[in-house]
Amino acid sequence: MSQDHTPTGARRWLMSTNHKDIGTLYLILATFAAVVGGAMSWYIRLELMEPGIQYIDDFQLYNVLVTAHGFIMVFFVVMPAMIGGFGNWFIPMMIGAPDMAFPRLNNVSFWLLAAALVLLVVAALVDGGPGTGWTVYPPLSSAEFHPGMAVDFGILALHLAGASSVLGAANFITTIFNMRAPGMTLHRMPLFVWAILVTAFLLLLAIPVLAGALTMLLTDRNFGTSFFIVEGGGDPLLWQHLFWFFGHPEVYIIIIPAFGIISEIVSTFSRKPIFGYLGMAYAMASIGVVGFFVWAHHMYMTGLNVDTRAYFTAATLVIAVPTGIKIFSWLATMWGGSISFETPMLYAFGFIWLFVMGGVTGVTLANAGMDLAFHDTYFVVAHFHYVMAIAAILAMFAGFFYWIGKMSGYRYPEGLAKLQFWVFFVGVNVLFFPQHFLGMAGMPRRIPDYPDAYAGWNYVSSIGALITIAGTILFFYIVWRTFRDRVPCPANPWGVGATTLEWTVESPAPFHTFEDMPDINAKASVE
Amino acid sequence: MKKHIISSWIFSGVFALSGILFSGNAIAEEYRSSPWQMGFQTPGSESAVRIFACHDLLLYIETAIVVLVLLLMVYIVIKFNAKANPVPSKTTHNTMLEVVWTAVPILILITIAIPSLKLLYFIDKTEEPEMTLKVTGNQWYWSYTYPDQDGLEFDSIILEEDELEAGQPRLLSVDNPVVLPVNTNVRILLVSNDVIHNFAVPSLGLKLDTTPGRTNETWTNIDKPGTYYGMCSELCGVNHGFMPIQVRAVSKEDYAVWVEQAKQEFAQNGEPGSLPASGTVKIAAVISQ
Ligand SMILES: [Cu+2]
Repeated sequence: MSQDHTPTGARRWLMSTNHKDIGTLYLILATFAAVVGGAMSWYIRLELMEPGIQYIDDFQLYNVLVTAHGFIMVFFVVMPAMIGGFGNWFIPMMIGAPDMAFPRLNNVSFWLLAAALVLLVVAALVDGGPGTGWTVYPPLSSAEFHPGMAVDFGILALHLAGASSVLGAANFITTIFNMRAPGMTLHRMPLFVWAILVTAFLLLLAIPVLAGALTMLLTDRNFGTSFFIVEGGGDPLLWQHLFWFFGHPEVYIIIIPAFGIISEIVSTFSRKPIFGYLGMAYAMASIGVVGFFVWAHHMYMTGLNVDTRAYFTAATLVIAVPTGIKIFSWLATMWGGSISFETPMLYAFGFIWLFVMGGVTGVTLANAGMDLAFHDTYFVVAHFHYVMAIAAILAMFAGFFYWIGKMSGYRYPEGLAKLQFWVFFVGVNVLFFPQHFLGMAGMPRRIPDYPDAYAGWNYVSSIGALITIAGTILFFYIVWRTFRDRVPCPANPWGVGATTLEWTVESPAPFHTFEDMPDINAKASVE
Repeated sequence: MKKHIISSWIFSGVFALSGILFSGNAIAEEYRSSPWQMGFQTPGSESAVRIFACHDLLLYIETAIVVLVLLLMVYIVIKFNAKANPVPSKTTHNTMLEVVWTAVPILILITIAIPSLKLLYFIDKTEEPEMTLKVTGNQWYWSYTYPDQDGLEFDSIILEEDELEAGQPRLLSVDNPVVLPVNTNVRILLVSNDVIHNFAVPSLGLKLDTTPGRTNETWTNIDKPGTYYGMCSELCGVNHGFMPIQVRAVSKEDYAVWVEQAKQEFAQNGEPGSLPASGTVKIAAVISQ
């Protein structure tokens, strides 16, 4: 607390133990990965713009692009940006802590992730790359059907990314439980802190299961075991159970931090405290708990016993209740508010729209009977991009515009940012809405060419991708303008609605946040 | 021309004009998707009819929810913007409201779950199979076996573009379609020779993995003669997109005639080691042209 020297250069950025610097590093890594992962998806959409093979005549490469896009977006864009980036930056500030509980561990977490990204790139470049999809189902991912080192490098990349996440999770849990300022009780924590806490527990419980499965796959491939190999007495479905036991909580790991960001923004710009604060916090917690008991809804078409499918249908439908509570509580927070529509709030509206759209199609897919029509079609692609992927991206944009003044000390150009929202929002809807039609009509996922009847909506979808590219380029222009124009940002640019602790310190937030311990009892910021 | 009314996607903010649509097939008795189609394919079996009907019901409920949220958002934007409402209210609790928005969704979910679970048990298996078809997934083609017909067996491989005849759809047509009789309970057994594939025919309400090491079971009962198309629906490697399924449904009499012909035509296939090499090499060559 008393040390106020600030390291510079390589010492500051390579050996950083400061939560803000590490948060910045995470955001930079996520931005870089987003460009790479985004470029892959745009290449895919370019190929799919018209029927026939235009650009990607190597179908292994096509499968590798599909696989790498998924891995990169999940593990190297959304998770680092939300948890590593915004989480690192604002969790300590919001609870009045001087830093994370384990600053050196924090540094290790980041550099493990950077190493994982390198391994993933290597995986894509050696021996034809992993063309397994991000689900890595054996036997396709076994040594017999993917000889060479590509899948092994992919496994090691996920191992390192997983270790990074687990260490980060332990760090967040310790920080939130032990380093809150006096008066910052659990039931007074901002909802973003609740969101990261729930997410950290999900990581802590889900990632080790993935790690176990990955290790089994690795030994199957290299050391003669046969956990998933039928000829040796193994079972490919064991992988699917283990993978989805991790994989379903993983989608909440992605979206719950987004809930937190959106809750902060909705409250701030409505000039009202969150409606039903406790309900909101415990809705997230219950989504997290129930999320561990629904994994086989990804496996309805594997030949599971019909009673098992009936159970997973019922259990999955239950999740609609807490998610409904969240949506209605956001609307009720706005109700009676005095709302201003700066860019973060526009993004919050956009998020709610996407989440509701993806939420209702999720109710459809929860039903094992109806899922037959949709499983492995573009309907599923549309669903999870709406509810999870693009919703998370919108929440990241929302968080960026909400906090960039606090992080950099500069205001972003508001008019351009509003334009950027509209371009991006229209783009993603034109991109993904028609995919519902394609899926209902029966178009399978993960194919490089399609029957000619699907040409129309695929063309529209690719036009949407072009609009999205324009929105993305505009975003980077805004970032550049923000740092070039250097319009100073006041400590609190959002007015009376912004009640969390980060708005009480100057902008940019000082290297060491709090000179004095903040007094929450006097402030009672959260009801 | 068959027509099937599908429900509207009227909640689409982007394509608000869609309304109620008709998805017709370009050619009579061809059960596959048509250009700019916005709904399901024409159903060709009781399973498909029930799946699509169940989804139509669900779509009305979901459309209502989305419209409700949209209207609330519009109302909020108009009524509670900073100009219209300069002083925010302080309300942060309303127990009644919170109970309602927890209880009403539960009731809606129960309303959905009952027909949905009935559907699930209906489409699962047939109690009274009249014949059996065994489907084997291979990288990257399907093999069909008729255990009731002295092990009649043949492979079904995608037609290359220069092999297509007029009217045969690209990427959906095969050299030897699987032939089934109409109005017959067909038990379908699914196995795999290599990786996981998925045998899917949307218009028949069929979709199930073929997984090495296990035999999966499903069934169909096809309503009318015609050609029903599908594609492999589980990523299975390089040519995953190029192993279509073509089902030709014929009358029971025609089926009996076909069986006798097929036994002659595929006579050598019953012997071990006589399966043709996979067609993937030449397919890959054609696709890349
Ligand atoms: Cu296949």
